[in-house]
Amino acid sequence: MSAPTLDRPTDEAALQRQFEATIAADRRVEPRDWMPEGYRRTLIRQIAQHAHSEIIGMQPEGDWLLAAPSLRRKAILLAKVQDEAGHGMYLYSAAETLGADRADLTDKLIEKKQKYSSIFNYPTLTYADVGVIGWLVDGAAICNQVPLCRSSYGPYARAMIRVCKEESFHQRQGYELLMTMMRGTPEQRAMVQDAVDRWWWPSLMMFGPPDDDSPNSAQSMAWGIKRHSNDELRQRYVDMTVPQAEFLGVTLPDPELRLDPDTGRHRFGAIDWSEFKAVLAGNGPCNDERIARRRAARDDNAWVTEAATAYAEKHAGAVA
Amino acid sequence: MVGHQETVYDALDHAHGGEGHWAFGTGFDEPLAGVDTTVPDGVDATDLGSYCLMLGDDALVLAQRLTQWVTAAPELEEEVAVANTALDLLGQARLLLARAGSVGVLGRSRTLATESVPDEDALAYFRDPDEFRSTGLVEADNGDFGQTMARLLVAATVRLAVFARLRESRDPVLAAIAAKGVHELAYHRDHAARWVLRLGDGTPESHRRVQAGVDAVWPHLAELFTATDVERRLVAAGVAVDPADVRDEVREVLTTVLDRATLRVREWPADTPPRGRLGEHGPELTELLGTLQGLARQHPAATW
Repeated sequence: MSAPTLDRPTDEAALQRQFEATIAADRRVEPRDWMPEGYRRTLIRQIAQHAHSEIIGMQPEGDWLLAAPSLRRKAILLAKVQDEAGHGMYLYSAAETLGADRADLTDKLIEKKQKYSSIFNYPTLTYADVGVIGWLVDGAAICNQVPLCRSSYGPYARAMIRVCKEESFHQRQGYELLMTMMRGTPEQRAMVQDAVDRWWWPSLMMFGPPDDDSPNSAQSMAWGIKRHSNDELRQRYVDMTVPQAEFLGVTLPDPELRLDPDTGRHRFGAIDWSEFKAVLAGNGPCNDERIARRRAARDDNAWVTEAATAYAEKHAGAVA
Repeated sequence: MVGHQETVYDALDHAHGGEGHWAFGTGFDEPLAGVDTTVPDGVDATDLGSYCLMLGDDALVLAQRLTQWVTAAPELEEEVAVANTALDLLGQARLLLARAGSVGVLGRSRTLATESVPDEDALAYFRDPDEFRSTGLVEADNGDFGQTMARLLVAATVRLAVFARLRESRDPVLAAIAAKGVHELAYHRDHAARWVLRLGDGTPESHRRVQAGVDAVWPHLAELFTATDVERRLVAAGVAVDPADVRDEVREVLTTVLDRATLRVREWPADTPPRGRLGEHGPELTELLGTLQGLARQHPAATW
């Protein structure tokens, strides 16, 4: 970025070559560097979707904030939901370095023109869901996101480093809640198993469609935006989670799940992709509710943002 | 745990702190673990505990009210700020309720909560509304964002004035809680004041709405500055702050902010008996506690 102007090629073919050289050398692309339009569009789409997921993801667990069963659990959950708002902020900022605008991205979310992780369209029925979201959903998110810390786009990669640190912390807190509940009453143990039964398959779907049905994956991998295929990450997640489930004392709801002695990896049953597609298409249990809450936050408080803008304009130049 | 060494996040996890890496207030220790909780000479333990409930319940109830804004706030920055303020207040509540428990003030909660429930939770989850000592100011519904910030401004201004003085309390635990709390409360007051300025001097609509919010909050000032008998005895013992002593400071701060926000300062309400401190509350508190306590009371033998 600090290279003298003379060294900067100006014709598109040369710029393209320079971009490709950056990717090939595993260096980072920075906001002021030239980049192909497709790269920019793909990144904006992916980062916005990721930011939306953080913000919508505040809701399922947020539903238990007011009713958390101990003050310590309330503090943990509040800190976690607050972290998610913070993650959304870093990610929208990363998207803004590519020329996107946060308010515009939020509008696209509310108008259902951009997506968020379909996992957040499932309801949280008991307090065990808070723990299972931490363990399984954040666990899956970490598997997806740790490789993104090496993403080719600098601001995204750097945002992911911080996000991943906090996510790994959330995952441990979720697991710790489940351990505590498993040591508790029979009702609490039943709640944990029930929550695992409901969240296991959706968590596997978080890695996206299988590799042979993932149209954007190859290009994203070539660009260094994505580092591993969906199926590869899903397999890692399963291998990582099975021993954790055993330690916890819960059963993962898949009769076909077993360790393959030849490969040392776990084989698992077929995922119901029709459910994934239906939820992604907007027909999950909570899609409308999630978007309605986001819309209400924007619309009911529009007078507040207008006032803040008007005040800033009136007092422009004045020292706060 | 077979294969655990190879997980993608494991290295990250170890690199960043391991077991010690818990956020403040989320660790396993009880809030006052390791603190000397001896009651100072000449101080009535029941009075001290009751006073801690007054301060603790205000914080707990206001934290719950602010938490209602999470996922509903005007901007993401405000999501973070409102959650942060609620977390601070929740932390204050936990320390104060634990202090009340440490001197044996648990009310009827212990007849409902099982042994394994820590004191802070017994007090938060297993007291009925008539045992709460919070004021009507923090119990009232949020209203819109303007009213919420007007209430936070008033509540943080009063609490900051009290906590600043409580740093000199003869109860070292209370003094330490206050010393920590003043930094938090100064931020809460500043944050709320900035919003009241923006809204008061923003658009005609925001001016009208935040004025209505201030007007709705104002009558709650009436019960805030009359000491209960418990407070009077503790003031004499050098432990508590007489709420009447902070009235002028509160009035001055609020008047300054409202003036700058181009808002009308209504006539200061005449003092009334401190109903909330005596356990008299409206339906808002009952409803708030119903949500807060429901799950814990459904499973009284559970540990979380």
